[in-house]
Amino acid sequence: MATQTAHVGMNRTGIQMSPLDSKAMQQGDPALPVTDTPDEAALAEMRNEYIMNADGLGSIPLPGTVTGAVTMALQALNGDSPHILLDKLGERLAFERTGTRLYDALITKCDVLLNGDLSMTIDDLEQIRADEARHFRLVADAIASLGGDPTAQTPSGDLAGVESMGLVQVLNDPRTSIAQSLHAIMTAELSDMAGWETLVALADEHDLTELVEDFTDALNQEREHLALVQTWYEEAIGLTFGDMELDDDTAPLSPQPGLAPPP
Amino acid sequence: MAFNLFASKGTSIDNQQFTWRDLVQKPISKLDDDAFTRVRIILMNGIEQEALRFGHMAARFNASLRLPLARIRRAEHHQATMVNWLIGADHSPLETTIAYEQTAIEITAALAQREPDPYLAQVYRFGLLEDFDHLYRYAALLDRLEGKDANNILQSYTDIRPGRPTSEQHRAPPDDLRTPYQRASADFMTKLHALTIVAGEAQTQNYYLNVGPFFSDPLARQLYAEIASVEEQHVTQYASMLDPTESWLEQWLLHEANECYNYYSCVEHETNHHVKAIWERFLDYELGHFHVACDCFKQIAGRDPAEVVNSEIAAPLEYRSQRDFVRRVLAQEVDLRTKGTAFVPRAQESVDSHTYRAIVNADGMPSEAVASGYRWSPGTELRRPDTLGTVAP
Repeated sequence: MATQTAHVGMNRTGIQMSPLDSKAMQQGDPALPVTDTPDEAALAEMRNEYIMNADGLGSIPLPGTVTGAVTMALQALNGDSPHILLDKLGERLAFERTGTRLYDALITKCDVLLNGDLSMTIDDLEQIRADEARHFRLVADAIASLGGDPTAQTPSGDLAGVESMGLVQVLNDPRTSIAQSLHAIMTAELSDMAGWETLVALADEHDLTELVEDFTDALNQEREHLALVQTWYEEAIGLTFGDMELDDDTAPLSPQPGLAPPP
Repeated sequence: MAFNLFASKGTSIDNQQFTWRDLVQKPISKLDDDAFTRVRIILMNGIEQEALRFGHMAARFNASLRLPLARIRRAEHHQATMVNWLIGADHSPLETTIAYEQTAIEITAALAQREPDPYLAQVYRFGLLEDFDHLYRYAALLDRLEGKDANNILQSYTDIRPGRPTSEQHRAPPDDLRTPYQRASADFMTKLHALTIVAGEAQTQNYYLNVGPFFSDPLARQLYAEIASVEEQHVTQYASMLDPTESWLEQWLLHEANECYNYYSCVEHETNHHVKAIWERFLDYELGHFHVACDCFKQIAGRDPAEVVNSEIAAPLEYRSQRDFVRRVLAQEVDLRTKGTAFVPRAQESVDSHTYRAIVNADGMPSEAVASGYRWSPGTELRRPDTLGTVAP
């Protein structure tokens, strides 16, 4: 079973673990000419041509409905950039969907490993997971209301998927501890918060008042998630006990019985 | 202690059973397990994949072998799964690549020193220096692309230095062919060595072809394309050592004997108890396969398996750092080239190979670009005082 915190053991990756071999490895052989000065210009040169000639990740889908197409065309005439809004909505959609799955994986892990050492409970995680799922549906509805297709993957949605790949790997690895999993979740929450901030600003640019309100609510919830996750992570690595609580009074977020906060 | 293939019947094929849970075992630790445990896993995966490849081809040409081969292939497939999936998911494709090259270097060096045929030993030394250079190029890519030290994988067993430059390894096909051993007169171990190296190199070629597209970086893709091409040459080189007059049945018998030899070597060296238990189990499975092949050899070919398996295995294949041997070969033979099946000084390399190389290298040489000015330093080149303040591209 993965231990809550990393332990000291026979890690062999560093050179100190095999002093004789490492010394031999570093001793130069005069028969081998090796350039002394690092020169990475050649790498850049080979990459430059590809960068110059690259196609993008793909396109933003055209609205599939007449209303959507008309709205988009009108907004474009007004000087707005409706495609950017749709692309960023697609990004949040993808991120919230994956985020929900990240919490699913964390809940599965905590079902096995959580032992009362942290103020975090499964109910807390279930609540955040529900928030993420709700945010996903909120964004899907927003896309639909603008005439877009919430089932389409936009370029920024694709990008978010590539960025999140490492987080998915960490959460689903049976060997990672709760602390290590929370570290990955914290990375997700940090990025999520920044994403919502951008989206609120974009919706505001387009005078979508109702969406600005909904998105601001979501942003506030994400801020709360981040603060909680950060607190739990710090507890998990032995820093402190948390005192954060979700707004929802029904959520049992108080520290576990018998675990007094530090003075 | 010598190992006799006829001494035990192993596990009967009927008793070689798996569940899905059984197939997916606890992976090794990238950090704590010995690098040679990973080397063994990689080699044995290659050995199993060769068994599958050979079994499928043999079945295409031999109606009477289809059923016994199908039964054995089912077990081999599951063995390959269990072995290969011992690699942990925290190995990036590039880190696994470093481990593949370490496997190629350490195993080829071990085989080169045990090979009784001097010409074939030269073939191994020739290939060794090329894989040695691949390790250097990939280590530079790992450092400069992912910011990681290849020695975290190598654990100081294997040097990270240039060998015969990869950009000069591209040859015309006639210069990759070698003179085969003679089945009637060749040493039994010579045949097993050849099958071992073919398995390892074919697996490497396959792996590079498959993981190349995982990289977003075009330079990484070019480097994989370049080195995968050399691995194709290596498979061509090493497979041409096999005697083409061996019958399908004789080759099958040798394949099974070779699997036994390799699992036996793993059992003898393994330090991870969990993995060792897998090697022991699979050695018994392979002995079971070997005896099925022996029965077919007697019944279908009407021959005695002892005509082919005509000696004991004196000692296991060595799993240890071959640094001194590799350095010696490097100092003495880095400038060797080929002309047909002969090894010649650099100046006498065939014109065909020069022409071929000029074509493939015409748009630049990724293996040169990736390692320009690269010198391995413990903890990545960013730890070197002369690189402080420079920004990676």
